[in-house]
Amino acid sequence: MAKLNRIQMSALPVPVLDRRQAVPALIQHPEAFLVVAGLAGTAQELTALTADAPSVFGLGGAMGAAPMMGLGLALAQPKRQVLVVTGDGELLMNLGALAAIAVQNPPNLKLICVDNGHYGETGNQDSHTGLGVALDTIARGSGFPAVHRIDTMAEMDEGRRLLAEPGLAFLLLRVTEGPPPKIKRNLVPHVARDRFRAALLQAGG
Amino acid sequence: MAEFDRDTGTAFWPHALYDLLRGAGVSQFAYVPDAGHKVLIDRSLADPDAQSIPLTTEEEGVALLAGADLGGARGVLLMQSSGVGNCINMLSLIAGGRFPFLTLVSMRGEFGEGNPWQFPMGQAVVPVLEAMGVICLRAEHPDEVIPTVSAALTMAFQSGQAVAVLLTQKLIGAKSF
Repeated sequence: MAKLNRIQMSALPVPVLDRRQAVPALIQHPEAFLVVAGLAGTAQELTALTADAPSVFGLGGAMGAAPMMGLGLALAQPKRQVLVVTGDGELLMNLGALAAIAVQNPPNLKLICVDNGHYGETGNQDSHTGLGVALDTIARGSGFPAVHRIDTMAEMDEGRRLLAEPGLAFLLLRVTEGPPPKIKRNLVPHVARDRFRAALLQAGG
Repeated sequence: MAEFDRDTGTAFWPHALYDLLRGAGVSQFAYVPDAGHKVLIDRSLADPDAQSIPLTTEEEGVALLAGADLGGARGVLLMQSSGVGNCINMLSLIAGGRFPFLTLVSMRGEFGEGNPWQFPMGQAVVPVLEAMGVICLRAEHPDEVIPTVSAALTMAFQSGQAVAVLLTQKLIGAKSF
């Protein structure tokens, strides 16, 4: 049987946090942000957390888009705080985006990666982070000025502080396997675009 | 107006093109560098009121421009024909979200190309873009650049379409390597 290399050097602790508690504990003020959420789990989480607010654009495809969408939005709206929340699978698909974002260094952009180490939508295969790839180290090497890893509730306060302060930041929230909250959301992307823009731009945003 | 600056040998149209884009409200210039876009890239880097966004791969630019539109800004993706292939699935976002989209593609792998590696993607640019719902316009002569990009700006930002302007090798010259 083929065996994948389980990376030893990263020495990450075993995840213990349940995303259903950890994500709301970290993002206490979702209404303070314009949000781009990655496909699957994080889109459901942010939809649930905001009671389906128009300020959340959740992906249902175009895997890898969320971080760069957040950058385009942050550059377009320098007076607003922009939050990208995405999973390890989506972030891994476009790691170069971390370099592209760090080179811009927009002070109004935060990235949260909810890292469960698995491809939860496709049969729960190990992702590369589940095999030891350390996304916080990659973000730091890409040039993110603030990087924080959250393995336990004890590290939440620093994460919340970084979300509340100006400056580009990358937060790696490591969670156990397990489902995000169940919620029905509209998957038609042009509907999400229109209502996001209407709420932001027609309100004088 | 002469087509080229006699002192430097460079074409005038790229400067007029930058002014046209800025005048139309384009503020985000995203690119993977290519010689055909040198003036636009350098002008955007020198422009305090524009954002110059180097990418590691072209698909990042597709997502970036969708995010810019969410925030009410306009952008353009500058890439070589080889980069078009890197964008294909990401164009799902543009098609599904009905995002306006403008890209300027400097062509390789066509008229007079001397590098055989450039042909497969160069020849596939139009069919793959059209398959993903992107309208392709061509500029083959310096006189065509400004009217063609003007048309593309209207189609993208007034009519909400996805449009590529191909800056052909007849226009920008074929590389011999």
